[in-house]
Amino acid sequence: MDTKERQVETAASSSTKDSTQSFRSGAVGKRIEAKDLNIYYGSFLAVKDVTMSVEPNKVTALIGSSGCGKSTFLRSLNRMHELINGARVEGSVTLEGQDIYSAGVDPVRVRQQIGMVFQSPNPFPTMSIYDNTAAGLKLNSKRMKKEQMDGIVEKALRGAHLWDEVKDRLSKPGSGLSGGQQQRLCIARATAVEPDVLLMDEPCSALDPIATLAIEDLIDELKQKFTIVIVTHNMQQAARASDRTGFFNIGETGDPGVLIELDDTEKIFSNPVHKETEDYVSGRFG
Amino acid sequence: MTDRQTPTMAPEPAAAPTPPTDPFGDKDGRIPAWGPWAVIFGTAAALTGVLIAIGFNLVLLLIGTTLISILGIYVWGRIVEGRRQAFDRAITLGIGSIFALAMVPLASLLYTVISKGLARMDSEFFSTSMRNVIADGGGILHAAIGTAIITGLATLASVPIGIMAAVYLHEYGKGKLKRALTFFVDVMTGIPSIVAGLFAFALFSILFGPGIRLGVMGSLALTVLMIPIVVRSTEEMLRVVPDGLREASFALGVSKWRTVAKVVLPTAMAGIVTGVMLAVARVIGETAPLLITTGTFSSVNLNPFEGRMANLPVFTYTQYKFPGVPPEPFIDRAWGAALVLIVIVMVLFLVARFISRRYGTELRK
Repeated sequence: MDTKERQVETAASSSTKDSTQSFRSGAVGKRIEAKDLNIYYGSFLAVKDVTMSVEPNKVTALIGSSGCGKSTFLRSLNRMHELINGARVEGSVTLEGQDIYSAGVDPVRVRQQIGMVFQSPNPFPTMSIYDNTAAGLKLNSKRMKKEQMDGIVEKALRGAHLWDEVKDRLSKPGSGLSGGQQQRLCIARATAVEPDVLLMDEPCSALDPIATLAIEDLIDELKQKFTIVIVTHNMQQAARASDRTGFFNIGETGDPGVLIELDDTEKIFSNPVHKETEDYVSGRFG
Repeated sequence: MTDRQTPTMAPEPAAAPTPPTDPFGDKDGRIPAWGPWAVIFGTAAALTGVLIAIGFNLVLLLIGTTLISILGIYVWGRIVEGRRQAFDRAITLGIGSIFALAMVPLASLLYTVISKGLARMDSEFFSTSMRNVIADGGGILHAAIGTAIITGLATLASVPIGIMAAVYLHEYGKGKLKRALTFFVDVMTGIPSIVAGLFAFALFSILFGPGIRLGVMGSLALTVLMIPIVVRSTEEMLRVVPDGLREASFALGVSKWRTVAKVVLPTAMAGIVTGVMLAVARVIGETAPLLITTGTFSSVNLNPFEGRMANLPVFTYTQYKFPGVPPEPFIDRAWGAALVLIVIVMVLFLVARFISRRYGTELRK
């Protein structure tokens, strides 16, 4: 029994060492490809025929006017969309070639690989800063030693540029932090489970300009380790923080949203192919 | 503005320095803080004098005081402060009077129970049962223990059922089954308590023969009454937990069941506990269902599965309804037991408030 325990222990520690190393060495971000994706709310087609690929270890920004389906599309990339009553998806989304919508795939596993940060900071109010950061592990009852857990928490908080601000009050509730700190805590929480992809749904829209800048700097660093898709209403933010930009638009109210074009951010903002894109980024509408 | 002409109804000495061009019709004066009270007590005193002259009547005094004070404060406000403030003062006074009216039964009830119940707040009352007591003396020990056991068992049964039902209804349920369950929970809320008692009585009569009376039968009846209250309050608390927390948990790759058990329920816990306390407070005074299920008994019985079991509400009822000779000790015991019941309910309410204040998570921002 003793040997068995030891074996389990070594297995656990070696596996985390692996993941730590890959985490450090970067290049774990994965490619996402959406093919002919139609997204429905009940019988209402919200997003139509999106085919695009998200490059690994790049920041892809999705822009477009309100209600054009950017967030809906984002939420369909980690199967959060289907949590809404009657919501469904047609077409395929692949993560490194594996279809996340195929029959045998557990959405819970998909979300472990594709994390998400939301518009308004939502730390768990019953948990401390420490527990919030380790929430992905604790809620899934991952058994590990205290030191190992401490290491993961510290690394995640350092990665989110929050460690120095909170290291002396890790046991205080996460809801006591400021809005910007809470959002960085949520990013730390999402990165602590080491996903391959990080989806961000307007992560800065509830924050002031200084906190926004801090998050943007953070995003720039995080792309070393993750593939990032960010939905934003703020075109300067897309221009500043992203490598590639996709523009969504709708014809009229009630029509489905479509992806107009996806290209390098520089090209989208300087010399887009479509007239609509140019009108949007130059502020002529939306 | 035509309504600026209305000041003609009152002579207005302050009107001269105040220019009538003020767009809001406000004036510079303020009625002092003691103003309304002065109006009320002044009116009451004057009216008392008048009524004594023509024949005193308390109801007439209260109604008259209220109406005349409202009119008085309106006229005073109109003269000194302006139209809107005068109206505000009149409505404030009117609503205050209605609140006072609503408090009258409560105050009267508390006064009656406390003044009559205090006679038996002695140590014997809390340390002895009614065993071998024929006239005076005796106590509520057996009834208090019975109430604790019966209500405790009912809580033990209804809390898990109620919370799990609420979790199903709010987190999992959809479609017809959910609608049907919601409907039946609503129906259960409206079940008269005597019907719950009859249900327990009938069930045990079928199983164990007619005429049976057990403590646990009372618990069953109270459980039937408690479950819908617990379901309702728990559902309400689950509704307050923001969806953002559920989504955050799902996005971390946490399964639905773990999300409910480790994020949603802990977040709502203080509210759920408060709801349970209030449900207990609600059923602890139920008399009718216990009267037919637990029977009456004069000694301590610790076993809810064997024999009759006394409890506070039924004890209160029987002492008052069937007094011996002389009746005074019986009546005193009834009021004493009623006072104890009220104190228990009050303590439960205070504990519930304390829990929700102390441990409640701030959810609405």
